[in-house]
Amino acid sequence: MTAKRAGYVFVAPFLVLFLLLFMFPLGYAAYLSLFKDQLVGGTVFAGLANYTRALSDPQLLQGAGRVGLFFLIQVPIMLLISLAAALAIDSGLLRAARVFRLGVFLPYAVPSVVAALMWGYLYGPSFGPLARFGFDPLTDTLMLPALGNIVTWEFAGYNMIILYAALRTVPAERYEAAAVDGAGPWRTAWSIKIPALRPALLLCLVFSVIGSFQLFAEPNLVQRLAPNVINAAYTPNLYAYSLAFTSQQVNYAAAVSFLLGLVILVVSYAVLYTANRSRR
Amino acid sequence: MSRKVSHWRLAAALAASVLALSACSGTAAKTTASAGPIGQADIDKAMTTPTTLTFWTWVPNIAQEVALFEKKYPAVKINVVNAGQGADQYTKLRTALKAGSGAPDLAQVEFQYIPTFSITKSLVDLRPYGADANKSKFVDWTWGQVTGPNGEIFAYPQDTGPMGMVYRADLFAKYKIDVPKTWDEFAAAARKLHAADGKVYLTDMAANETGAWHGLMWQAGSKPYTVNGTTVGLAVNDTASKKVADYWGGLAKEGVVATDPDFTDTWFQGLNSGKYAAWLTAAWGPVFLGGSAKSTAGKWKAAPLPQWDAGSNVSGNWGGSTTAVIKGTANPIAAAKFAEFLNSDPESAKMFNTVQNFFPATTALLADPSFAAQKSEFFGGQQLNQLFGQIGDTVNKGWQWPPFLDQSNQDWTETVGKALADKADAAGATDQWQQRVTSYAKDQGFTVNAG
Repeated sequence: MTAKRAGYVFVAPFLVLFLLLFMFPLGYAAYLSLFKDQLVGGTVFAGLANYTRALSDPQLLQGAGRVGLFFLIQVPIMLLISLAAALAIDSGLLRAARVFRLGVFLPYAVPSVVAALMWGYLYGPSFGPLARFGFDPLTDTLMLPALGNIVTWEFAGYNMIILYAALRTVPAERYEAAAVDGAGPWRTAWSIKIPALRPALLLCLVFSVIGSFQLFAEPNLVQRLAPNVINAAYTPNLYAYSLAFTSQQVNYAAAVSFLLGLVILVVSYAVLYTANRSRR
Repeated sequence: MSRKVSHWRLAAALAASVLALSACSGTAAKTTASAGPIGQADIDKAMTTPTTLTFWTWVPNIAQEVALFEKKYPAVKINVVNAGQGADQYTKLRTALKAGSGAPDLAQVEFQYIPTFSITKSLVDLRPYGADANKSKFVDWTWGQVTGPNGEIFAYPQDTGPMGMVYRADLFAKYKIDVPKTWDEFAAAARKLHAADGKVYLTDMAANETGAWHGLMWQAGSKPYTVNGTTVGLAVNDTASKKVADYWGGLAKEGVVATDPDFTDTWFQGLNSGKYAAWLTAAWGPVFLGGSAKSTAGKWKAAPLPQWDAGSNVSGNWGGSTTAVIKGTANPIAAAKFAEFLNSDPESAKMFNTVQNFFPATTALLADPSFAAQKSEFFGGQQLNQLFGQIGDTVNKGWQWPPFLDQSNQDWTETVGKALADKADAAGATDQWQQRVTSYAKDQGFTVNAG
């Protein structure tokens, strides 16, 4: 057996599953998105009608705008917290650094469903601790910040671990050189650590683009507590879900999901592109 | 959020669910009911041939009723499957029907979902299997609910939920409130109660509860949906509907009724703590309350719904289920006979009341003196069966459900429900509701008549 053929054998298990569980459903969804199935009249070929409808669907656009806003505000806050935590642990100045690291990371280990339920209790309008101070986050204006809070709580630790791992790979010589040049801990953090974190931060940012635009579990669960605040099209993913399962518009839901994928692709690429350009 | 899952994988998962949903369409109908009635010989043969029927239901402990059937027809075995409650089961059922395999022989279908499944021709017309002969065994309006536009009988009624009002007699006495007989009195009581104690509301008109809302529209004489094949009349903003919305919107705006979402922790706590002095509910409500507001035992009483016109006596219905035979079954005769036996056999029908606490749909049980005489300890010894039995006779008969109830419910929550919660113009919001369901119905290929 030649080495070349052995390579194919090794990737075969992956490739088979990849084609079967990934490419095939994706292709099928693409195929579905070109049709229209009606309760009366059955299925007809619709061409790109589902896509043109989606592009001018106010509910979808509103949802997309909402997650865009969510991304612009929540992600910087979350990444700043992650960065601060990672730098703090790496500084070696914390006393119980391991406990701290675990503590910040722990929320990520909590399933997002459980996390949303737990925060739901905290937010509860008549029994939650916040309600005691007359603060009700489950309203039109405060819902997005409330969801942002849940997501930040969940994922700050995850991003911190990525950043911290990246910090561990910074060669010790650089720190020595900085120390020789008389740089204190702040200067070291600013001039050595943060530049070194650039690729890792970019990775976190791309993950966050994907996460924000796919916001689903949290609003879906909090919806039960505030059904009049979180509507069926609150986020694009929630909209696709309700189109498929409530409205029985499977084909349109497929088109919406495809467009969402496209938007994520474009935004992720834009993030990478601007980051790479500004480096030069 | 699925930051743990890559977006492609999520897209694939969605695509897979999409795949499962609509693998292929239009192959569901394998058997078609023959035109003429089935002879007794065929029935006898079917009931003595060893057969296994699959039955999807979420009724707890239904094995007891099933055992009665299996005792009478030892050849027919029933395989009871709990495929989820309500919407969960319907989603699975729809998926199986579209896929053309995996659907059960019979399924529990709530009254309001019969048109949703008959529009897709997923329910077997039971007339050839002698369903007509059972008409007199069931309460009039329930039979109307299982009857299709061309006289088809799509299911057997199992239980019902005629609407009444349960209230905290102790709170009513404390604040010197008489049991309201009309909606005007109810509004006055709501104002008086809330003025006396700002933490107490006469009731909670949950801004997400489409079931109760439809029941109240039903009582008011609204005719929001009229279905005739592929032509639907939509008038969710008709005069009666607007009257209901205007009334509740007004009380919500004044802040004298709560609009908390129901069946949530907030709501359960409200029932227990006396935040709500009354609950507009159905005949199944009292038993439900006994389980979820234990601390208030003995403090409740029940009364008919307040009326729009003094002296009239009308109610609506909220909830209740049926047993339907699903298209594609290989044994339609045995399945139809099982559905018939389960719900019309006196012993089985009675068991649904004694074991599951269902409110009956059969006239025989409702007329049974031992049934009517039962006293509820939770309600201070009140004879609730008698009361709700009388209310059941006053349920409007002409009510119809749309073939796309899920959509209409969602649209209600986002228009009228939202207006209630936001203390905005609920009556005006019915126009938005109308506009939304109309555009959905048109998009789905229905011919839509306004009103």
